[in-house]
Amino acid sequence: MADLLGRPLAVANAGVDLFADELERQGVPVERVEWRPPEPGTEEALQRLALEAAAIAHANDEAVERLQAAQPMLAGVGTARDLLPDMHERAILHAGPPIDWAEMSGPLRGAVIGAAVHEGLAESREAAERLAARGELEFAPCHERGAVGPMAGVVSASMPMVVVENPAHGNRACCTFNEGLGKVLRYGANDDEVLERLGWIRDVLARVFARALDRLGEPIDLRAMTAQALQMGDEGHNRNRAGTSLLLRSLLPALIELDDPSADVAAVARFIAGNDHFYLNLTMPAAKAAADAAAGIDGSSIVVAMARNGTEFGVRLSGTGDRWFTGPSGMIDGLYLPGFGPEDANPDIGDSSITETVGLGGFAMAAAPAIVRFVGGGAEDALEATRAMYDIAWSESRSYQIPALGFRGTPVGIDAREVVATRVLPFVNTGIAHREPGVGQIGAGLVEPPMEAFAKAVRALAGQ
Amino acid sequence: MTERVIVRRGAYHDSVTLMLVSSAAGREEGAEDVAVGMATPLNLELIADQGFAVEDAGPNDLVIAVRARDEAAADAAVAAVDRELAAKGGAPAAAAGRPSARSLRSARDSSLAFLSIPGEHVAHEAATALEAGLHVFCFSDGMSLAVEAALKRRAVEKDLLFMGADCGTAILDGVALGFANAVERGPVGIVGASGTGIQEVSCLLDTAGIGISHAIGVGGRDLSAEVGGLMMRRGLELLAADDATRAIVAISKPPDPQVADAIEAAAGAAGKAVVLGFGLTLEETAARAAGLVGGALPAFEERLRRPPSPGRVVGLYSGGTLCAEAAAIVGEGEFTDFGADEFTRGRAHPMIDPSLRLDRLAAAARDPEVSVLLLDVVLGFGAHPDPAGELAPVIADVDRHVIAALCGAAGDPQGLDGQRAQLEAAGAVVTRSNAHAARLAREAAGG
Repeated sequence: MADLLGRPLAVANAGVDLFADELERQGVPVERVEWRPPEPGTEEALQRLALEAAAIAHANDEAVERLQAAQPMLAGVGTARDLLPDMHERAILHAGPPIDWAEMSGPLRGAVIGAAVHEGLAESREAAERLAARGELEFAPCHERGAVGPMAGVVSASMPMVVVENPAHGNRACCTFNEGLGKVLRYGANDDEVLERLGWIRDVLARVFARALDRLGEPIDLRAMTAQALQMGDEGHNRNRAGTSLLLRSLLPALIELDDPSADVAAVARFIAGNDHFYLNLTMPAAKAAADAAAGIDGSSIVVAMARNGTEFGVRLSGTGDRWFTGPSGMIDGLYLPGFGPEDANPDIGDSSITETVGLGGFAMAAAPAIVRFVGGGAEDALEATRAMYDIAWSESRSYQIPALGFRGTPVGIDAREVVATRVLPFVNTGIAHREPGVGQIGAGLVEPPMEAFAKAVRALAGQ
Repeated sequence: MTERVIVRRGAYHDSVTLMLVSSAAGREEGAEDVAVGMATPLNLELIADQGFAVEDAGPNDLVIAVRARDEAAADAAVAAVDRELAAKGGAPAAAAGRPSARSLRSARDSSLAFLSIPGEHVAHEAATALEAGLHVFCFSDGMSLAVEAALKRRAVEKDLLFMGADCGTAILDGVALGFANAVERGPVGIVGASGTGIQEVSCLLDTAGIGISHAIGVGGRDLSAEVGGLMMRRGLELLAADDATRAIVAISKPPDPQVADAIEAAAGAAGKAVVLGFGLTLEETAARAAGLVGGALPAFEERLRRPPSPGRVVGLYSGGTLCAEAAAIVGEGEFTDFGADEFTRGRAHPMIDPSLRLDRLAAAARDPEVSVLLLDVVLGFGAHPDPAGELAPVIADVDRHVIAALCGAAGDPQGLDGQRAQLEAAGAVVTRSNAHAARLAREAAGG
């Protein structure tokens, strides 16, 4: 306590302004915290948790340390049925918390239908729809099978997946390949063009990509690559141009040396070069591998998953096991492609908010001035978005830094208690899907998760 | 007559600001009643008691209720509310072009958190402050004893000082926190479980020209068996290690016996002279402390200004410890501490807003059985800018003994001499020792 007496005092004031005024009158620097009451219905839970504050602090330190220590390495490519548990022919994985066919929104249904046809489970889209409606497909969240998927996040047995290993903790996470923009399965599109591309991804992209990785001889350090991408204007969720470029740069020599048909290699190179979001499907499993390592620590209030299925937004905490806490998926505040508007939009969907869970995406907005128009303004708004997240984050990233904030680490480890106490919700960057299946992406922007999900999680942590 | 009830969603302001706004707007021409508050269950009840019907409002919503002579006056009162809110709500951080933090976790440039938020929410914020590595001054009351004990144990683990809960006063390196006086700096260090106890002792030492090194408040329940005097012991250690401190004063009502042993042990280990003020009057405590550093309190020789008249003594206090001390010395009478929870729920502390006490003072003065009115008048940082100015017109109308214990220091922003002069001109007997004021009250009622 040598730092208290005999040193200049600096005070953080929460509450009555009069006392802050009196301190300033005495020449004491005051930081005025803009305190406001917590989310109604969480007061008692917060009070109970205050009794456990020391134990929670130890648990959160441990959870965030595991998150920080994760070393996500791009190790290879495999097939869903081989990589994921219980991935039988009729199993279909999806983004977000658990959901039945009846509750699925348009894009998710469209993706399920497309996957069923892709797997040969149905001959037509109509037949696939009847199959799903009869309950003959088994649905499960990607998150519960060691995977993540952007937007609809649909994974079926034959789909190829990238494998990200985390040697620091001995776990791994998987994700499908990114299909590009426009009409794609993850936005619920399922016409012949979409299915043809899925076939090409399975037959060509996966093979060439896997062989190129083998040729490199060592796995790609995704944490280091993402850290570089952040210094080049990506935030790791809505902007992936730098990450994709870095990936292609590191793969290119190996690609050229492959003895695969040059037409295939060229097609793969052209596909990656033409798809800014290719790297998102590597960032996501990297984030999942880190977040899974942080899960399961008794008492911890740190968020280890945020995911949306297009109907509900779900949250998991490190200290509450496998339970999902949900609220309705929000509408996205963003910019639309020409010819589309908010009335066309589907509610928020996708596992990609795993990036925010580990301090990327909306939490790293200050790194990506190029996409600040999504948050409705100038570079200062992007800085502010990141700054606001320090209020609800347990720590600051050791790996991911923001040049514009003096290389301060991004806010990392969302503390659900502080979300309900401050009523500051995580900023989530995301794409906007059309509400009808088959149309695709119509915009991008920022979405607010439902406070209800965090309130439920905090009450559960408090044993209520 | 016209009524107006406005609900503004999610517009939070602290209760002291809102009470000051209510009373300022209530002075508008033609305004009968103005109630502005957050729609907490308590405030809704208070607003309903004033005859307003508020529908569908929650604790995060601001309610403005106005009753006025006519439409124009109601408009003017609402406009006054907006004007006052705009004037008081000027968050300087926002003015600097940057919204301020919403969590203590983001207060990276501070060493201490000052908490005066509503008590039912303070447990979480106090815990957050400790985890952020901040020392805590918790002015808020309403924290459960179990939480206070748990947080203080955590503070010890983290080598932090936790002052409170319900801590009114501290002076650290000359900086007054909460209700505290602008006393000179000097050789006596104070650690106290009573805010007004610290104020009285530091001001009495001020009368003797003896300054204070630091005054550490620990909250009124620190010396309970549950908390075990954790922070008073830490305070003693801090003062023992502090070069500016030559003698130490510990102030508390008599503690739990086991805790008293622990405190005595800590005092014995301090390596400096320590006055344990348990069971002493504040005047005796200050006198002993003065003696330890080679000084002496002046004799308090103020006399009654009229002959004693038999009757009841009514003590109207803003400081809890001062009130209890006066009640003990006078022996009989009716003593009210307006700083107690029952009077501060939904309104500002009487040291900030004297209106409730003024009403009671006027009422007691009309009671034929009452012959003596005894008050404290507390100056210093945090207190009303002119308490004597509020009291004097009421006192001037009182045909009774009025005795005022003036707790203040020469450097206080209100001006010690001016405050004294106003009270004396209104007819009060004024002394700087609360114990002496109580002795005078006893004498005045005994005739």
